[in-house]
Amino acid sequence: MNFETTIGLEVHIEMKTNSKAFSPAPVQYGAAPNTNTNVVDWGYPGVLPTVNKGAVEFGMRAALALNCEITKDTHFDRKNYFYPDNPKAYQITQAQEPIGRNGWIEIEVDGHKKKIGIEEMHVEEDAGKNTHSPDGYSYVDLNRQGTPLIEIVSKPDISSADEAYAYLVRLRQIVQFTGVSDVKMEEGSMRADVNVSVRPIGSEKMGTKTEMKNLNSFEHVRKGAHYEARRQERLLLAGKSIQQETRRFDEASGETVLMRVKEGASDYRYFPEPDIPPLHISDEWIQQVKDSIPEMPDKRRAKYVTEWGIPEYDAGVLTQTKEMSDFFEAAVAQGAQPKLAANWLMGEVNAYLNTNKLDLLETKLTPEHLATMIKLIEDGTISSKIAKKVFKEIITNGSEPKNWVEEKGLVQLSDPQVLEPIITAVLDDNQKSIEDYQNGKGRAIGFLVGQIMKQTHGKANPKIVNKLLIKNLKER
Amino acid sequence: MDYFKYDLAALHALLVKKELSVSDLVKETFKSIETREADVSAFVTLNEKQALSQAAKLDQQGIAQDNVLFGIPLGIKDNIVTQDLKTTAASRILENFKPIYNATVMDKLNAAAMITVGKTNMDEFAMGGSTETSAFKITKNAWDRTKVPGGSSGGSAAAVAAGEIVASLGTDTGGSIRQPASFNGIVGVKPTYGRVSRYGLIAFASSLDQIGPLTRSVKDNALILNAISGVDPHDSTSAAREVPDFTAKLDGNIQKMRIAVPKEYMGEGIAPEVRAAIKKAITTFEKLGAVVDEVSLPHSQYGIPVYYIIASSEASSNLQRFDGIRYGFRAQDVKNLEDVYVKSRSAGFGDEVKRRIMLGTFSLSAGTYDAFFKKAAQVRTLICRDFARVFADYDLILGPTTPTPAFGLGEDTKDPVTMYMNDILTVPVNLAGLPGMSLPAGFTNGLPIGMQLIANHFDEETMYRAGYAFEQATDYHKEVPTFGGQN
Repeated sequence: MNFETTIGLEVHIEMKTNSKAFSPAPVQYGAAPNTNTNVVDWGYPGVLPTVNKGAVEFGMRAALALNCEITKDTHFDRKNYFYPDNPKAYQITQAQEPIGRNGWIEIEVDGHKKKIGIEEMHVEEDAGKNTHSPDGYSYVDLNRQGTPLIEIVSKPDISSADEAYAYLVRLRQIVQFTGVSDVKMEEGSMRADVNVSVRPIGSEKMGTKTEMKNLNSFEHVRKGAHYEARRQERLLLAGKSIQQETRRFDEASGETVLMRVKEGASDYRYFPEPDIPPLHISDEWIQQVKDSIPEMPDKRRAKYVTEWGIPEYDAGVLTQTKEMSDFFEAAVAQGAQPKLAANWLMGEVNAYLNTNKLDLLETKLTPEHLATMIKLIEDGTISSKIAKKVFKEIITNGSEPKNWVEEKGLVQLSDPQVLEPIITAVLDDNQKSIEDYQNGKGRAIGFLVGQIMKQTHGKANPKIVNKLLIKNLKER
Repeated sequence: MDYFKYDLAALHALLVKKELSVSDLVKETFKSIETREADVSAFVTLNEKQALSQAAKLDQQGIAQDNVLFGIPLGIKDNIVTQDLKTTAASRILENFKPIYNATVMDKLNAAAMITVGKTNMDEFAMGGSTETSAFKITKNAWDRTKVPGGSSGGSAAAVAAGEIVASLGTDTGGSIRQPASFNGIVGVKPTYGRVSRYGLIAFASSLDQIGPLTRSVKDNALILNAISGVDPHDSTSAAREVPDFTAKLDGNIQKMRIAVPKEYMGEGIAPEVRAAIKKAITTFEKLGAVVDEVSLPHSQYGIPVYYIIASSEASSNLQRFDGIRYGFRAQDVKNLEDVYVKSRSAGFGDEVKRRIMLGTFSLSAGTYDAFFKKAAQVRTLICRDFARVFADYDLILGPTTPTPAFGLGEDTKDPVTMYMNDILTVPVNLAGLPGMSLPAGFTNGLPIGMQLIANHFDEETMYRAGYAFEQATDYHKEVPTFGGQN
């Protein structure tokens, strides 16, 4: 029997607003526990939530970028449950009228393009964080409490682990480009709940699904979903049935492990949040938000190819992240030749980031410095060999390339009047090489160039040296 | 201090003429509280030290002649958050709770240089109509100490009626200002939903709660409402509307005012002596030149079930934060997290609060939501429409505040449904978010009878104007209860 897999993803992404969704406390990762909180975040008696309009607009922005319809009469709801990291004992979310509905994004797996539907997208608040210490106490940090989130619920259109992976990569890319979130995986700002089920090919009825919660690595989603689908197939082939359960992906073994069996749905007693009046979203407001959305990756990619002559593949790499794409465009705006800027970013820059495990914005490199360096190469001021030295300097120490090159005396020697005496002297000292050349041994040239470079400490312009050298040899 | 003789304007005149300092006034107030508390037990916490030091500061500062509220002592219901002053909502679960911030109304009263002398007793979390569900003490009716003061703002009403203070703040979710005002023969106003900020009011039912003043006169009431009204950035449900001077139209002129009396408010279930008092009031209004007609509010009969479903549902969610984790009472000898929740809440909440949490939890549950909460929300819309239809043709609605005068202590607590029925005339006003006032309209067997005036949204002005005209035309507000054989 052959099976088909159905995967549904519920993805939470933290917004990068300045303040929280329903209180004026700041949103900031990595602060000391409970310092970014106030009475509202504590669920103190008497406090009330107030809506951060910026969070609603970010929600609209993301929804529009994901091709959703905007729900024009929307409101917030309460989801009730007890937990120490949930101080009001309810989460403010959108259950009945999510701000976005019926969206889609396009993914590509092995050259095949596919549209994945988005059931709904809503705005809600994050919970705090519990830490269980070996001292026997559990500690509650409410810094994260109230951080605005978007939750994106896919339609059951994803049919393989690879598609799930591609969907997440694409989702991260789009949301990043909207400016709604930096989507830093290592800070847990994007987390996915993964539902997996299998059924015999052609079967109308969906199989029973299992769920993995709060995965913050795309690779774990891929491996977990793949393992889970195969596990379910094996069970069905063995004549067993799937039970509805929550499972955990175990990184070490690459397997999924049973956490708990679901016994009926939890009752969160949703009802409309009475402390926040319903929200009417006008056409004008939607248009305003639409106009505020930065250029999306597909559009940028097309621009790179058609206007700047960048190969299709390179344009794809440069638009993987907003950071890279913004950096590239800024360097071009500073006068860097686009093709050269692209080569540097995809080559030396990426290599540097990988070796040092850094993000582009964590280095000292600026688009302006990169553009200046490229111009120095283009106009012959520095050789490409020297350029590597310059690059290392500007990315690690942030020096201004032109000043640094001059200060260190790295300007390329291109003046024939300066080079001629050096070449003459080298030739005078290497009579043997001249003879070799004259006997048709082309290798001799390489040796002589090397000698000239040695004399000039690598600063001689190799093109001009070559030209002058051959002229001199012929004259001897 | 004999608050039976002085209203706000008269007290202000004493301060301005320096016949009395603010410190004298506060000392006198604590004296009258000391003598009358034995009878009414209206306060749960007194704020003497802080109040005296504030008074001294104000004396030093000098009386602000243009501020009639300057240096006036008042009582605050104990579900309104007061910084550094115990705020318990009359519940064990908050028995020792000292808030670190002030409710918006407290900031406003402090800005007006009013002085909080104490926190008044109430039904636990404002759930009740007799102040008997308080975890701490039984408050008594100022007129008859064998009767309840009403509730839930029973302490706020009894303290004013007994002359301990000149004014207090209460809160009204289903009648909790108007009913005790009625039982104690004073003026109580629930403003339009959104008129006064709820920030710092310990929520019972968020879509119904409003803070409002209790006073002995209509004008004093309007003066206090002037001070606490207005939009608040901390409360998204507060209304961004201009606040008029509620005392501006107190001229006694209600010629051609159109007043509607719903037949449902005068029918079966209303005590005959109450009905008679209201009929007499109607005659007074007619004599003053108002036009009074009978109308119908056909869905008001569903007010009680709709109210108890919606209010309890919201309460079940609002009260979940009292979990013993961050503040308030926490049970000891617990085995695990769930034990903390269960034991803290079991010991911390009283029976009535638990009853409503269960009712609300049930109404919001997956299998019952449609039949209960959703249906109630739909009927609430019909109740709102009833009122809108009447206000298309009328300026004001008039009726009794409660079906009966104050009942005996311990009488109704045994049967919650009887107690709930007491709210039948007040809850529709909260459901529709309208402003309502109770003011004295007669006596029966020495107990006050209250009349309710209901105005359209944000038209408190008309309500005060009519209330003032009636007050000036009658003598009920001049009656005072007796204490120890004297007034």
